Amino acid sequence: MATALVTGGRVILGLAGALLALAVQAGGSNFVIPGSQAAKEQRCVEPTDFMRRNHMEVIKHQRDATVHDGIRSTKHSLAGCIACHVAQGPSGHPVPVNDDRQFCGACHEFAAVRLNCFDCHATVPAGGPLGPGGGAAPAPGVAPGTPLPPGHPQTTVR
Amino acid sequence: MNNPSEAIDQGRRGFMRSAAGVATVTLAPGVLLHTLANAASPGPTAGEPRAVQVTDQVRYGMLIDTTKCAEGCTACVSACDRENGLDLQTMPEGADPALWDRQEARWIRKVKVQDNLTGKVTNLPLMCQHCEHPPCVDVCPTGASFKRADGIVMVDRHLCIGCRYCMMACPYKARSFIHTNVEVKLTLAPRGKGCVESCNLCVHRRDNGQASTACADACAAAGHGAILFGDLKDPASPLSQALAKLPSRQLRENLALNTGVRYAGV
Ligand code: HEC
Ligand code: HEC
Ligand code: HEC
Repeated sequence: MATALVTGGRVILGLAGALLALAVQAGGSNFVIPGSQAAKEQRCVEPTDFMRRNHMEVIKHQRDATVHDGIRSTKHSLAGCIACHVAQGPSGHPVPVNDDRQFCGACHEFAAVRLNCFDCHATVPAGGPLGPGGGAAPAPGVAPGTPLPPGHPQTTVR
Repeated sequence: MNNPSEAIDQGRRGFMRSAAGVATVTLAPGVLLHTLANAASPGPTAGEPRAVQVTDQVRYGMLIDTTKCAEGCTACVSACDRENGLDLQTMPEGADPALWDRQEARWIRKVKVQDNLTGKVTNLPLMCQHCEHPPCVDVCPTGASFKRADGIVMVDRHLCIGCRYCMMACPYKARSFIHTNVEVKLTLAPRGKGCVESCNLCVHRRDNGQASTACADACAAAGHGAILFGDLKDPASPLSQALAKLPSRQLRENLALNTGVRYAGV
C-alpha cells in the first residue's frame, strides 16, 4: 500500500517535471533573468537539468549542513542562489528573487509551488554574507560590499 | 551541588555517548578519520568559510569582567543588534510601545544589580550562557533547540514551531520570540514571525574563522574591554588564561548547567 502510494507520487511528480521541462523548451528560453549574474555565467552550480528537478533537495541538504555542522564553504548555499540569480531593477537596486516575475518567483508561480523560506531569508543580497561587522572574504558569487537594505542604520549613518 | 540526588547523572550520559561512539566507528570508519583529521585544525582559517564539520575539539565561551562594564554604556547591545540585523525590526503599526519594548527581540540585555545590604552596584551584559546542559534543549519538543558540537546553543529555525517552552525553561531570560513579520533582513541573519532566537556567539563569524564576537569587539573599541571571547578548551587561549587568573562565577551556578559564559566581579 505504502509502496503504491509512493509510486503514485513519483508518477505525478515525474509528470509535473516533464510538463515543466516541456514548458521550458517550448518557451525556448529559461527562467534566468537577463541582467542577473547568472545571465552572464555559463552554468549553474550543478547541471541545469538536475537543478530544475532537484534544487530543493540541494538547498535542504545545505541547510542542515550549515545550521548544524557549520559548513559554509559549499556552492549550494541559499544565499549563493540569490546572489547569482537576483536581477537589478531600473534604479540599479536588486529586485527580490521571489517576486512573481523574478527567478525563483516566476517558476514557482508557474508550477504552483509556495515557499515560506522568504519569510525569513533575505530576497536580495543584503549586507554581504558576513554582515556589517564581518567584512572578510565574500562567499563565491556574492559581490563584495553588497549594499545593506534601505533603512539599515549603517546605510544612513555612514 | 549540595543535594547529590539533584546532580546530573554524568555517568549515564557518558555511557550513551561512548555507546554511540562505538556505533560510529563500526558503521562508518570514515567518521573517525574525519575527526582525527580535524584535530589538527579545529577551526577554519581566518576569512575562509568552514569546509569541515564543527567538532567538540573547541568549546566557545566568554569571560565578562563586570568591574570593567560601564554603567550606561550599551556598545555591546547596539553592536549585536547591528551585526545580527536586530536593528531592522520595526514596531507593528498601532502596537503598544511599552509592549513592543518588552517583545522586541534582543540577544543581549544590560542588567544592573544592586546588593541591598552593601549598596554595591554591578553592571553586566546578559545573553545566552551557552550551557553545557542547556534546559532549553531539554524541553524542546522538536529538536530545534540544540547545542552545536563546539558548544554554541542555538535554534534551528527550520524546526522551531514557536511553542516557547525554551523561553520558559531558560533561567537567564536569554531568548526572544519574533512576534511580527520582518520586512527587511540581512542575508546572514534570516528572521521571521513565529520562531524563537537568541545569541549564537556570532556563529557566522565562527564559521569564517574570525577571532571575536561583535559585542566583544565593540566593548574593546569603547575602551572597556570587559568581554573576552575564546576557546574554553584551549589552555593557551587568552580566555583560558584569564579564567585561570581571575576569580569568576557562573550565574545561577546552583543549577549546575556549566555555562560557557563566566562573570568576574559578581
Ligand atoms: C523562521 C525563519 C526561517 C525560515 C522560514 C527558513 N529559514 Fe533557512 N535559515 C534560517 C536561519 C536563522 C538560518 C541560519 C543562518 C546562518 O546561521 O547563517 C537559516 C539558514 C539556512 C540555510 C543555510 C544558509 C545559506 O544561506 O545557505 C539554508 C540553505 C536555508 N536556511 C534554507 C531554507 C529553505 C530552503 C527554507 C524554506 C523551505 C528556509 N530556509 C526557511 C531561518 C529560516
Ligand atoms: C554562479 C552563479 C549561480 C549560482 C550560485 C546558482 N545558479 Fe542557478 N543557474 C545559473 C545559470 C548560469 C543558470 C542557467 C544555466 C543554463 O542556461 O543552462 C542557472 C539555472 C538554474 C535553474 C534552471 C532554470 C531554468 O530556467 O530552468 C535553476 C532551477 C537554478 N539555477 C537554481 C539555482 C539554485 C536553487 C541555486 C542555489 C543552490 C543556484 N541556482 C545557484 C547560475 C547560478
Ligand atoms: C525551473 C523552475 C524553478 C525555478 C527557477 C526555481 N524553482 Fe524551486 N521549485 C520548482 C518546483 C517545480 C518545485 C516543486 C517540486 C516538487 O514539489 O517536487 C520547487 C520547489 C522548491 C522548494 C521546495 C519547497 C518545499 O516546500 O518543499 C524550494 C526550497 C525551492 N523550490 C527553492 C527555490 C529557490 C530558492 C529558487 C531560486 C533560486 C528556485 N526554487 C527556483 C521549480 C523551480
